[in-house]
Amino acid sequence: MGDDTADGASEGDLEQNDGQRFGRLPTTAAERTVEGRASREEVVDYFADRFAIPPETFDDYTFWEKGAGKIWIYGGDAPSPITIEAIGMTCLRTRQEHWKPTTDFVQRFGREAGECVIELEAEEARAFAAGEDQDLERWDGDWGYLIAAHRIAGALEPIGVGLYVHGELRSMVPKGRQREL
Amino acid sequence: MEPLERYRPIVDDFEAFLAACERPLGNAVRVNTIKASVDRATTVLEEEGVGYEGAHWNPRVLRLETDSPGSTWSSFHGFTHGQEEVSAVPATVLEPEPGERVWDCCAAPGGKATQLAALMDDRGTVVANDSNLGRISALRFNAERLGATSLAVTNDDARNYSLERFDFDEFDRALVDAPCSCEGTIRKNPDALDGWSEGYLDEVSGIQKGIIRRAVQATGEGGTIVYSTCTFAPEENEAVVQHVLEREDCRIVDFDLSLEHSPGLTEWDGEEYDERLERAARIYPHQNDTGGFFVAKLEVTA
Repeated sequence: MGDDTADGASEGDLEQNDGQRFGRLPTTAAERTVEGRASREEVVDYFADRFAIPPETFDDYTFWEKGAGKIWIYGGDAPSPITIEAIGMTCLRTRQEHWKPTTDFVQRFGREAGECVIELEAEEARAFAAGEDQDLERWDGDWGYLIAAHRIAGALEPIGVGLYVHGELRSMVPKGRQREL
Repeated sequence: MEPLERYRPIVDDFEAFLAACERPLGNAVRVNTIKASVDRATTVLEEEGVGYEGAHWNPRVLRLETDSPGSTWSSFHGFTHGQEEVSAVPATVLEPEPGERVWDCCAAPGGKATQLAALMDDRGTVVANDSNLGRISALRFNAERLGATSLAVTNDDARNYSLERFDFDEFDRALVDAPCSCEGTIRKNPDALDGWSEGYLDEVSGIQKGIIRRAVQATGEGGTIVYSTCTFAPEENEAVVQHVLEREDCRIVDFDLSLEHSPGLTEWDGEEYDERLERAARIYPHQNDTGGFFVAKLEVTA
């Protein structure tokens, strides 16, 4: 699984990221050819370390970057780089101190998560889906980005990503995805 | 309704047809099996107190008893997607398999492309193309909401579509759900016939012919093409299929469809078509209380 270019490049002679096209993430940081690009290993490790999503969950997927730090997860065939409108779905924002998963990614893959999942009661879940921030003192786990979930039809279902700081859960559900339920 | 008068000679029980076209259409959704089984999706609907009735021909299609199908947890989680019942037909006729490469030539806003992905268990490659950049954002939004990881979205004219950007040179299957005069959506869009003219039929059928030809060319031997429209006009349906039969290596094949329908036409307005066009399906609104649709299935022969 190569990077933008077939040949690896030595430190100091990395390409600049071209935000207009998709480039597949290198398998490991050592194979990086584009400056600042996360590796597949780092992405899979992040999901495992933060949310305890088993790494094998992603065995049949490739990860791609377009724009500055926006990572996409894709299950199909494509050469790298490729200039198209979308490849699979956005999953993660990198190139910032705290990486941030997307709402749609946690809805799709968050059922595999075993950590940093905060279970919401019915009213809390409704407020979260509507994009509202709320005080939630009961969480005693890590601060930062959490998967907000609720129990529906007998199973825990991820709703989206929340940012937990100072006893407050801030809904990260994008405006276009917010609903009054 | 006046433009529909021209179909009096070909539609059985024409008065029932006209009456159905004047009735508004209910809300149908498709269960998105990428994110939830039919059982889980319907259990969520029941918990929410939303009544539903399963379509007899497709367990993944539900008729909902609500005026706001978008304001349910089921929709928020992407377990269900608002999609007219007949518009769920062409993807099931195409029958894509997991792992295949499938082209949806005119994919926005993505209901059928994501249905193809679901039928493939979201494994394989669904190239979802649309020529209209403005509609690509709706396609992308729906693909993400429904969790379709097998979609590659492109923005090009399907008539001269290039595969050079990919690392494969042909598709296994293609869906040509062509832009059309949309007569069959009259129950959803009461003004669907406002701009109707024979001149428009000429114009749009030229585009349809270009797209279906490219779809056959871009699909490998033994591959499958489904051609569909949401219109009744034979100029946009049988005549388009006839056009590609005469110019590209392909033939019409049978398919099973347990929705009530009428056979495709073999003549219209003095033109004669290949007799196998009878194997195409014309779905009229009064037959199943749905919108109108046309579907034909082709096999690529070289």
